[in-house]
Amino acid sequence: MAGLLTLEQKLQHFRKEYFYRSNQAEENRKRENQAATLIQSWFRGCLERAYLSHLHKKAIIIQKIWRGFTARARVRQMVKAAYFIMKMNFYEEMAVRIQQRWRGFFARKHIHSFYARKSYMEGILKKNESVRNELDEICDLQKKERESLKMIQEQTAKVYQAHRLHYLLSTEQCPGVFNSPFRQAPHEMELLLRQVKHSAPNRMVPKSRVSFLGIPGPAAHGFSATTESPWMKSTRICSFRPALPPIASKNYQVMVVKATTKSLDLED
Amino acid sequence: MSQRQIIQVFEQYQKSRMSFVQTISDLATRSQNIEILHNAGVMALLRPLLLDVVPGVQQTAALALGRLADSSDSLAEAVVKENILPDVVQSVTSHNRFHKKAAAFVLRAVAKHSPELSQAVVDCGGVDALVQCLMEFDPGVKEAAAWALGCVARHNATLSQTVVNAGAVPVLVLCLLEPEMALKRIAASTLSDICKHTPELAHAVVDAGAIPHLAQLILSRDTKLKRQVFSALSQIAKHSASLSEMVAEVGVFPAAMTCLKDPDEYVRKNVTTLMREMVKQTAELSQLVVNCGGLGAVIDYLGDCSGSLRLPGIMMLGYVASHSESLAMAVILSKGVSQLAVCLSEEPEDHIKAATVWSIGQIGQHTPDHAKAVAMANLLPKLLKLYMDASSSEDLQAKSKKALKSILQKCTHLPALEPLLYDAPSKILKHVMCQFSKVLPHDSKARRLFVTSGGLKKVQEIQAEPGSVLQEHINAINSCFPEEIVRYYSPGYSEVLLERLENYQPA
Repeated sequence: MAGLLTLEQKLQHFRKEYFYRSNQAEENRKRENQAATLIQSWFRGCLERAYLSHLHKKAIIIQKIWRGFTARARVRQMVKAAYFIMKMNFYEEMAVRIQQRWRGFFARKHIHSFYARKSYMEGILKKNESVRNELDEICDLQKKERESLKMIQEQTAKVYQAHRLHYLLSTEQCPGVFNSPFRQAPHEMELLLRQVKHSAPNRMVPKSRVSFLGIPGPAAHGFSATTESPWMKSTRICSFRPALPPIASKNYQVMVVKATTKSLDLED
Repeated sequence: MSQRQIIQVFEQYQKSRMSFVQTISDLATRSQNIEILHNAGVMALLRPLLLDVVPGVQQTAALALGRLADSSDSLAEAVVKENILPDVVQSVTSHNRFHKKAAAFVLRAVAKHSPELSQAVVDCGGVDALVQCLMEFDPGVKEAAAWALGCVARHNATLSQTVVNAGAVPVLVLCLLEPEMALKRIAASTLSDICKHTPELAHAVVDAGAIPHLAQLILSRDTKLKRQVFSALSQIAKHSASLSEMVAEVGVFPAAMTCLKDPDEYVRKNVTTLMREMVKQTAELSQLVVNCGGLGAVIDYLGDCSGSLRLPGIMMLGYVASHSESLAMAVILSKGVSQLAVCLSEEPEDHIKAATVWSIGQIGQHTPDHAKAVAMANLLPKLLKLYMDASSSEDLQAKSKKALKSILQKCTHLPALEPLLYDAPSKILKHVMCQFSKVLPHDSKARRLFVTSGGLKKVQEIQAEPGSVLQEHINAINSCFPEEIVRYYSPGYSEVLLERLENYQPA
């Protein structure tokens, strides 16, 4: 009996305990369930995550390898292209150099030679100088000619004067105008007078008609002496002077008028 | 009355007629008597004496008539109006050579005054009669006839054409070959008067073979002949390039240059005119002239003479330089630019200055080297002054502006451009600015010089409308310099700094 009582007590205790525990368990069920869910979900999550990360890593590896592959291909292509471009640039530069040199050579040789132009300019300057010198020489020559002509004219004029002024020659008794006793030596005119032989003055023949010794007389106006003065050497005159017939006065006047007309016309 | 007495009456009448015409012809030599004679009705009196029986009276009457017509054109018109011309023309065809000379003298005296009087001479058949005279033997008659034809042909092209149509030209060319100097002179001057009007007339003269004869006459000693010959050659050469080439072929050139040192200034002027006409036509002819050493000779000529004689020389240099840049460089190297600068400063006349300015423009317009040579002779400020000067004629102003513009467009020599910054008007200034903006970006020494000489300061002071070409160039110049320097030189910078000073609070 005691045992039964204890058993019953234990049974009741057991029932109470069972009821209490199942109560407790019932109360904890939800919480435990949730906890279990949480744990399981967390664990599953971990599994998934581990799986995902595994997948990620593998995917990364694959992508890495792929990308490396394509990049290397691209780089190879780029290198090829860059190399090609470098080569082309090089060729171009060399071609430019060749063309520069060629064009320079060609232009210098055939189109326009700088040195030819330079020597041309120098040649022109030299030619200018030489032409200047020549012209100066010619000018001097012509001046000398003119001066000598003038001197001859002056000389013939003086001789003509001497012919006309022969009466001023000094004589034994009476010294002439040009031979003053107060001078050391006689004047040049005096000497000229002594040299020149007197000739009687010719009748005034208009110069435009004179053809003396075959020299055509220049159309002179007035009676000034010229280079072809017929009074140069009186001896020649004496031998050649024919007695010309007297010219009729009326015609002479007309001729003088004509001669003066002609001279006036020339001076117009 | 006995026969002798009757004859005496006639002789007296003849003597009085003779003395009358002789006195009239002597009086006609003095200009103060002309009016009095005209009012006294001398024309009507001389007219019947032209047809007088006695040849002496005829000739002296013609001489008197010629002298009267020579001195005044109213008397020449009176000669035409009184219908004396047909009688004169008839006397030209008479047999006596003195008479012909006197009649030709009358025709010349009438024709020289104006084209209408020459036309009157032509209408009376004067030209044909004169051409007949040209074929005479006597050189005096030929000379008088040639002179009369020259006076007729001088006025205009139609009259020259009439003279040529009458067949005068071959006969004139033959006259060139005659020994008499006066005849050669007159023939050359008549040919020159004929050629000067139109190219067809010049061709007519050339076809008659005038050029070789004229070229031979260059070597003669006679001054007046040389004047006429060169004038004739230049009148032929001026019309076209082919005519100039014909003149050049004959070998005129080396001989003509000896005449550049002739003592007579008109010979020199005519030689230079010939050279100018030839050089004007083509570049090859200019090349020919330059190769013969013509440039040095002409530049010496410019140095020797003065006044309007310089004009053909100046124009010749301009024409030579205008053809190509190597010719322009030849002009520069022969010291042409310095001579032109001398001419520009010495000459007072505007038209000569205009020609000088034009020549300078032609020389400087080709390349920067040419423009530099012109600028170094200190010509740019002078050109600017001529352009700005209110007293210069319009032609001079226009030409100096054009020359300045063409030189400035090529000038890269900056020190010469700087003086122009100060006075120039905006039209010139924009070209100067353009040149600065081209040169300054590339040359650092030039930039430094520009700043130190005060050019940058001046540029800042210029006010230009925004958006105009001038403003663009100014901006281009400013961009060549650092910002601080541009601000430093901008006007009013000191005021800006002072304002900043006033607003500044020391911390």
